[in-house]
Amino acid sequence: MRFAPTAEQSDLRAVVRDLVRELCPPAVVRAAPDSAEVATLRAGLIELGAPGLLVPEAAGGLGLDENYLVGMMIETGWAAVPLPVVDTFAFAPGVLAVADLTGDRFCGADPDARGTVHYGHNVDLVLTGGFAGTGTIQVTAASGGASVAAVDPAADLLRVTAGPVLATVDDPEVVATAWLRGVLGAAAQLIGLCRRMLDLTVAYVAARKQFGVPIGSFQAVKHHLATALLALEFAEPAVARAGYALAAGEPDRARAVSTAKALASDAAATVARAAIQCHGAIAYTTEYDLHLYAKRAWALAAEWGSAGWHRAAVARELLSTERES
Amino acid sequence: MDLTWSDTEQDFRAEARAWLTEHVPAEPLPSGDTRAGFAAHLGWERELFAAGWSVVSWPVTYGGRGASLWEWLIFEEEYYRAGAPQRVTQNGIFLLAPTLFDFGTDEQRDTLLPRMAAAEDLWCQGWSEPGAGSDLAGIRSRAVRDDAAGGWRLTGQKTWTTRGAFCTHLFGLFRTDPDAERHHGLTYFLVPLDTEGVTVRGFERLDGDEGFAEVFFENAFVPDNAVLGGVHEGWKVAMATTGSERGLTLRSPGRFLQAADRLVELARRKGATGGLADRVADVWMRAQAYQLFTLAQVTDIVDGRSVGARSSLNKVYWSELDIDLHETALELLGPAGQEDGPWSRGFLFSLAGPIYAGTNEIQRNIIAERVLGLPRR
Repeated sequence: MRFAPTAEQSDLRAVVRDLVRELCPPAVVRAAPDSAEVATLRAGLIELGAPGLLVPEAAGGLGLDENYLVGMMIETGWAAVPLPVVDTFAFAPGVLAVADLTGDRFCGADPDARGTVHYGHNVDLVLTGGFAGTGTIQVTAASGGASVAAVDPAADLLRVTAGPVLATVDDPEVVATAWLRGVLGAAAQLIGLCRRMLDLTVAYVAARKQFGVPIGSFQAVKHHLATALLALEFAEPAVARAGYALAAGEPDRARAVSTAKALASDAAATVARAAIQCHGAIAYTTEYDLHLYAKRAWALAAEWGSAGWHRAAVARELLSTERES
Repeated sequence: MDLTWSDTEQDFRAEARAWLTEHVPAEPLPSGDTRAGFAAHLGWERELFAAGWSVVSWPVTYGGRGASLWEWLIFEEEYYRAGAPQRVTQNGIFLLAPTLFDFGTDEQRDTLLPRMAAAEDLWCQGWSEPGAGSDLAGIRSRAVRDDAAGGWRLTGQKTWTTRGAFCTHLFGLFRTDPDAERHHGLTYFLVPLDTEGVTVRGFERLDGDEGFAEVFFENAFVPDNAVLGGVHEGWKVAMATTGSERGLTLRSPGRFLQAADRLVELARRKGATGGLADRVADVWMRAQAYQLFTLAQVTDIVDGRSVGARSSLNKVYWSELDIDLHETALELLGPAGQEDGPWSRGFLFSLAGPIYAGTNEIQRNIIAERVLGLPRR
């Protein structure tokens, strides 16, 4: 028993952390999707081998498992990387492998077939279907589309124009695993986003003075942030456990992933709200950076099954009469 | 990342499970917070001790079996899973004993620990006073040096002393330096309750059991070897046990996993749907999260990193989870939940969680200041 990342898992996470801290400061989150900064970030992630993280070495990937994915997703979440990292590094690899489409392409996932993808100008392939781990996933070539206004300014939400179909994947196990990896990736990104929002807020309330003292010395502010930290600290191990369950192929992996996403989404809502409240008016402007992370968190909390969706899934399983006691 | 148990650990679990299955009383014992129930629980405690299960993590010389932290967690899981009785000896075993291991003399350890393990000496905690609750450093009970007799004379009052009316000994803080203020000049004393000048009065808790006591000291004499740790160093010594009380030792995840599983069974029986089913799932997931957080924490401890102020995270989380869990059960039960029973008793008990061992308001201050690093003032 050892519930902590291995040295190798920590090392990979540190490499990702260094990369995104260098290449993805807030200015890059704010940059246009076709800017040179975003292109450099994208190239850096490809050079790191991120698209091939979950691809077997024989197929040219890194051959790593979901334990590594968690660390990578926490760090890219912390930086709010404005690229479809969950779609590309978590959801797509298994699907592309069976379709023989593995490569350094960025993918836009549309699991519930709404007709939209995020970071649309940086998407080479569109993967449609697979919500709840059922049905088929269709892979099409991206062929542009119409921008859709979204709360998250970096979302680059695109209503996609149907492109040529490259593959339709219907292997139930591949579809189920792809979905669970996507959910896990989103949950891990939420952990990173929570940490970033708390980091920003702790620094702000320690520096900001009212009544002659830092506002972080007031008990009301302390309690808000302690409550936010609690939500984060107890969601994080559930996310690590879900990664382990997927990597080890444990029978309860779907429930572990739902638990992770529900707790991480709830934590994101709690942390975002506390962060905004503790900042005060400065949080209610797009000139300050907090909104970049809060809006990303709200989007990820709503996608890949919301907290309520996953809670209901866990409830169904726990309360089903077929369950052994 | 490795969430599998070793063969040794699995054998340990199997042995614990087999013994508990055979020995846990079929009928629940009466509440250990009543005089009759306490006596019944002592019988159970001595049975545990005789089989070597009363203090599994202690060294064998003191009555334990030298179990690792992991094995201790396994034992706790099995203990709650088996529905075994509450541990009426827990304040000695889980709060005083870690302090004795860290600060006691060889003589204190050799005399006190085996008797504690065997449930012969029964220890209660003397921290709070009428004027010192959350503000524990406001303690006014005092100990005055008696050089002629070679010891100390205790005067003052302790209160909220759990099971004080049934215990034989008290560990508590007394002011030894009258000129020192706040957390300076306090000393940690070990006091037999049959000492002349000590009076104990039990009183009812919220649930109607005589689980509380106030303890009065009137010039009660204790010898020098009743001091645990250094004279005037009681605060430092005491903080070591409040760390235990908040964190790992008193509230093992097994307790909440078992309660969450019982809640799921209740919800299935009641055919819970919709919002109530969601609340059941939420509580169940949080119980899992508490276990996972603890596993990560034990990994840290095994790796040599200290838990420190992070034990306040445990305390707030489990205590609030415990209330939500019982509120959900009572909602499932409807008016029947207001009858005396395990869920209603558990609910009343859960309400104490955010108060004892430092209120959750104090814990949130600690989390903000010592984990997040916010300014004290």
